[in-house]
Amino acid sequence: MNGLPWILAAPLFGAAALFAWRNMPERLAAVIGVGSLLTAALLTAVLGVQYLSEPVPVNVSLWTWFAVDGFAPGISLYLDGLSLTMLGVITGVGALIHLYASWYMRGDPGYRRFFAYMNLFVAAMLLLVLGDNLLALFFGWEGVGLCSYLLIGFWYRDPANGHAARKAFVTTRVGDTAMAVGLFLLFRELGTLDIQPLLGEAQLRWPAGSPTLTLACLLLLGGAVGKSAQLPLQTWLPDAMAGPTPVSALIHAATMVTAGVYLIARLHPLYALSPAALAAVGWVGAITLLLAGGAALAQTDIKRILAYSTMSQIGYMFLALGAGAYSAAIFHLMTHAFFKALLFMAAGSVILALHHEQDIFRMGGLRRKLPVAFWSFLIGSAALAALPYVSAGFWSKDAILFAAWGGGHTAWWSMGVAGALLTGLYSFRLVFIVFWGPARSDARPHHHWSEQAPLLILMGLSLFGGLISVPAAAVLPASHPAHPLPVLLVQIVLGLAGIALAWRWYGRQAQQPPPLRGWRRLAHAAWGFDAVYDRLLSRPWLALARINRADIIDGAYSLLVSLTQAGHLLLIRSQTGALRRYAGGIAIGLILLLGASLWT
Amino acid sequence: MDLSIWLPVLVLIPLAGGAACWWTERLGLVWPRWIAVGSFVIDLIIMLWLWAQADLAVSVSTAAPQFFWEFQRDWIPRFGISLHLGLDGLGLLLIALTIVLGLVAVLCSWREIQQHVGFFHMNLLWNLAGVIGVFMALDLFLFFLLWEWMLVPMYFLIALWGHDSPGGRGRVYAATKFFIFTQASGLIMLAAILGLVWLNHASSGIWTFNYLDLLQAQLSAQAQWWLMLGFFIAFAVKLPALPFHPWLPDAHSQAPTAGSVDLAGVLLKTGAFGLMRFSITLFPEASAQFADTAMIIGIAGIIYGASLALSQTDIKRFVAYTSISHMGFVLLGVYAGNLVAMQGVVIQMLAHGISTGALFVLCGELYERIHTREFGAMGGLATRAPRYATALMFFGLASLGLPGMGNFIGEILILFGAFQVAPVLTVLAASGLVLGAIYSLLLIQKTLHGKPASDEALEDLVPREQGMLLVLMALLLAMGLYPQPLLDTAEPALRYLVHAYAGGLP
Repeated sequence: MNGLPWILAAPLFGAAALFAWRNMPERLAAVIGVGSLLTAALLTAVLGVQYLSEPVPVNVSLWTWFAVDGFAPGISLYLDGLSLTMLGVITGVGALIHLYASWYMRGDPGYRRFFAYMNLFVAAMLLLVLGDNLLALFFGWEGVGLCSYLLIGFWYRDPANGHAARKAFVTTRVGDTAMAVGLFLLFRELGTLDIQPLLGEAQLRWPAGSPTLTLACLLLLGGAVGKSAQLPLQTWLPDAMAGPTPVSALIHAATMVTAGVYLIARLHPLYALSPAALAAVGWVGAITLLLAGGAALAQTDIKRILAYSTMSQIGYMFLALGAGAYSAAIFHLMTHAFFKALLFMAAGSVILALHHEQDIFRMGGLRRKLPVAFWSFLIGSAALAALPYVSAGFWSKDAILFAAWGGGHTAWWSMGVAGALLTGLYSFRLVFIVFWGPARSDARPHHHWSEQAPLLILMGLSLFGGLISVPAAAVLPASHPAHPLPVLLVQIVLGLAGIALAWRWYGRQAQQPPPLRGWRRLAHAAWGFDAVYDRLLSRPWLALARINRADIIDGAYSLLVSLTQAGHLLLIRSQTGALRRYAGGIAIGLILLLGASLWT
Repeated sequence: MDLSIWLPVLVLIPLAGGAACWWTERLGLVWPRWIAVGSFVIDLIIMLWLWAQADLAVSVSTAAPQFFWEFQRDWIPRFGISLHLGLDGLGLLLIALTIVLGLVAVLCSWREIQQHVGFFHMNLLWNLAGVIGVFMALDLFLFFLLWEWMLVPMYFLIALWGHDSPGGRGRVYAATKFFIFTQASGLIMLAAILGLVWLNHASSGIWTFNYLDLLQAQLSAQAQWWLMLGFFIAFAVKLPALPFHPWLPDAHSQAPTAGSVDLAGVLLKTGAFGLMRFSITLFPEASAQFADTAMIIGIAGIIYGASLALSQTDIKRFVAYTSISHMGFVLLGVYAGNLVAMQGVVIQMLAHGISTGALFVLCGELYERIHTREFGAMGGLATRAPRYATALMFFGLASLGLPGMGNFIGEILILFGAFQVAPVLTVLAASGLVLGAIYSLLLIQKTLHGKPASDEALEDLVPREQGMLLVLMALLLAMGLYPQPLLDTAEPALRYLVHAYAGGLP
């Protein structure tokens, strides 16, 4: 199993090569950028076959990062079913997105830089899922955050992109800081950050429901909600759509944003010991999936609709984690990666064909002009809306909902099925507005096999990916909830009802964007979280900083200087040169001194 | 092998080199530059050789400070004053940093300094000679002498080769402010040193300034408290800790590039070093009593420095305030007092020296090109000077504590260590991670991104600048990926510190 480090090394070397040679020709950059990912994907396939034939976890220790007084986190990799699943998604879907990007980004002056960042991202993401030590994982965790920042702000000439990029980094950094504090706490209590020993130690050390453990779990949840764009740190994701579309597909749909789900699944024995923390996970997911689904309904930007949809789908994964159905969460993570990458890339094709138009109300009737994008959207949206039996999303979403029902979490189940209705509605609203109705723009598709091949492959995966048996299931606690027929019917009917409603409202007549009033206005602004954070945190803080620009403490010293100078000027006045005054002064002084000495 | 004779040599080489710089100016402007480079290179070679010879095994007894080598000659025997130098791992690493940044300072002045080149390099070399001495001095009188010795050349560097910002404070103002702050705090330290020596004489009947002897001084709790405070203030001004920091933004922004590199990279570290070598070990009980206050001051510095950085419009003032923020971590780590935190302090000092030094070099290079330090005149440099942009981005990210670079190791070790003793304070300090991200990314945005402020071509980094910055990048990466050699070097010295400090804990 010595191939494991090479999976990580391939994109890392790719990134290094791309960084090093500034004037690399576009073609070579594409070969290196895509080739490194293909290499990683092939290595993953080989490793996967080896692992599945003999499923024993593999541990490869590279080096000890540092060792101080017993604190010795290693840069070591750990492969089991869970990391193998993640590996497959990252390198497999990643390679397809890289291939697509080599078409999408052609002609961009930053072509080489783009692939350097993308490869670096994949390397960091692989470290995140392979890291056998929480600090090594944190290394990857911060690394993906950096690449996300670099890629959101990729077109740096527009300050709005820079703002979106900084918002993403800083918001997730808030979560990361909570996570770091969680690591401090775990290390103080358990004396190690190596994941496997830590999990074992925690089970011996803490009884179920221990407050320290709950605190640690909640702090780690802070990191997870930051990265995975869940309440209350979700606001950065829609703005992150400022990045090039392949970035949205890879980082902000398929891989990085699911890191929080991975983290909790990886540490599930901790959460299993802390029912309160687990419930918090589930509630975060349930509330986010509804709020984000509602917000998606009121968006007009094709990428923002998909962004809210991602947020909502990750909400389902959190819900599953909260219900203890870890393998259902990872299953949905995988199918979601397939169909959401498909949707984003198809959206990218639409956007390029329409000369960077992203407003769905200026599209329309694209069914015939862009057949590949159309079918991609149809299949992707079907999977997103969990169309029964023919889509991958159906199997994974139903697994989640059954787990919620079977675990007795009726509230979460109801929120989940309500979310299913919303999902059907917003996803097919998009499909009908963009691909039906009269054409409202002049579409000029320019195709290439590197665009279409990834779409076709992902279409297949979005249809049949539900049949893949996830290797993660073997290492996560099994849950076999019952599948009562009425429950199943409710789930199916609500999903279909969403699609039907979408057809009724958006399917036939030409659509004008509805005015942003009432609930629409609120939903369009994603329920006002941005405004609240802005008014409550950013602005007061910046105002305070601005008021104190000159540094009030410096002012205190300046005051001291002024006082000294004033005293100096005062004393100067006594230096008149008049001898009589000096004599008088001396006399008065003498008398006072003598008087004082007599007094005592 | 007794290599102690090389310790004074480390100080004497830059001293002699400085004199040579001044003298050879008449032969041509290149001479002083190359002599300065030569002095540092020789010093560096000696340093690395000494490092290779050093015995890093942790001694069994941590009851007395361990030095690789000690050099001692009588000087003023009547008062027990001697030329006493000692090199341990802590001093060794900081001296290595001093030499590396000394080289950087010379290289970055290659084009900037065109007047009185010889005298400039003399000041630079003499200043750093003083710093190197400070990191080795084991006699408090000698320490004080070297401490003051550092100031005068720095004063000249700022006052003579500094910049006057239009409409703002001048270089002479900045130099004077720097001098008064450090001089006044030096006076307090002198009083504390004399008080310590006198009290020691009163109890033991021996006049001595020897650090190792004074460690045994019998002091009443009250005397310890006041003496500790004297030392603390002197070092806190240098660090700088709140509220003694206002000299720093002015000195930094008006100083020439080499002066800023030197100030931020090296001079600030003498403050932290002083706290570790003297405050904590001489007065462990009082220091332990003072620990909470000191940690709170550190955290206040982290947050205050970071938020002031946000509102600056002058890039050098900006970097100066981020320095204050980073030094807050150092203060926190020193007074957390366990080995993890102390190791973090060492790495933080080295990494901050390199990353902030590099940032000041980059500020200087930008100033050479666009003749302003105002953010308003920047923007879009990523298009105009891509190599420059890469470098600035790298060091900006280092400064926000990205894993893989030295700064992360420093900060995370400090926080891990501090959390063991003061969890609540550490959580507050961890907010610095978020603030660091905010200001570092703001720096990148304001300088590199957005629309170019002008379409005029801008000269990108020349090979001299590229080489210098590449070396610093490599050092930061090495430090971030495998800091173990540094940790091993510092460990024996730090074990003693931790032991001495723990002795003072209730």
